[in-house]
Amino acid sequence: MPQGPDLTDRDQTRIAQQFIEAIPHARALGMRVDALGEGTATISMPWAEHLVGDPRSGVVHGGVVSALMDTCCGAAVMSHPAGPASTATIDLRIDYMRAARQGQRITATAECYHMTRTVAFVRAIALDEDDGNPVAAATGAFTVEG
Amino acid sequence: MADRREPLHLIKSRRDSALATLVSGVPYLAWLGIRFDRRGDELTAILPYDEKLIGNPLLPAIHGGVTAAFLEVTAIIELAWAGLWEEMESGRIVPDAAVDSAMPRLPKTIDFTVDYLRSGLPRDAYARARIVRSGRRYASVQVEAWQDNRARLLAQATGHFLMPQG
Repeated sequence: MPQGPDLTDRDQTRIAQQFIEAIPHARALGMRVDALGEGTATISMPWAEHLVGDPRSGVVHGGVVSALMDTCCGAAVMSHPAGPASTATIDLRIDYMRAARQGQRITATAECYHMTRTVAFVRAIALDEDDGNPVAAATGAFTVEG
Repeated sequence: MADRREPLHLIKSRRDSALATLVSGVPYLAWLGIRFDRRGDELTAILPYDEKLIGNPLLPAIHGGVTAAFLEVTAIIELAWAGLWEEMESGRIVPDAAVDSAMPRLPKTIDFTVDYLRSGLPRDAYARARIVRSGRRYASVQVEAWQDNRARLLAQATGHFLMPQG
């Protein structure tokens, strides 16, 4: 993701959205970049019938939350001022606090809170439309390349 | 005890239809294209390659979230299947998608940790789960995924699950 002082926040979010849309799986899940900062990212996606993991409750599968968290954490690493050329997940742990409600949008916010020359440490949280009550939390380590 | 003289085709069709019912009940599995291969009670999950699974179009590589989802799906189906197997083989239940109460309730994920060992190639992936401990309330499951070589793991994961009650 290119960065520079001549880019406004809106430009940067638009570029990030193009970046996300170039990822087939992120596009398939309908992910949208809501905000991007220095080592932080907010990405959301809509609920959909085909993503349901438990037909009795209509709750989306945990794997969907994993994909959103992983993408959001990766975007936070890429938006870090150190400017890594690319990144890959080393490990990611997700705690599922409660089920995301049927029909509601899920929003993940990630923060790359520490970066060395080789490793980025990230934490993230996922919310649905009841934003006082987190759906899931994640912590991960990512590679720093280039 | 199982009936030793029960015709083989009946045994196979009972087990295969129980598995098919379990798997077909989850829309997300169908969307990802995940299937299960059965040898006795042992399951192998299969994730056929598809363009929509790609996370890095330049390499190309499968999305890390897809790998995590595939491992989590494998762990959940393994846990539900292990419970279903006991009930089915003892003749206590006949799984039927049309009858809600005849389908096992799925365990809920408490936490799930994925170790990414190799970049996912644009080809089919396989996974097997091992139930490390399954109590009345909680279960711990370990899962491994690979692509071309069983010994060269794509990823491994450990997860804790809340077992369905009642």
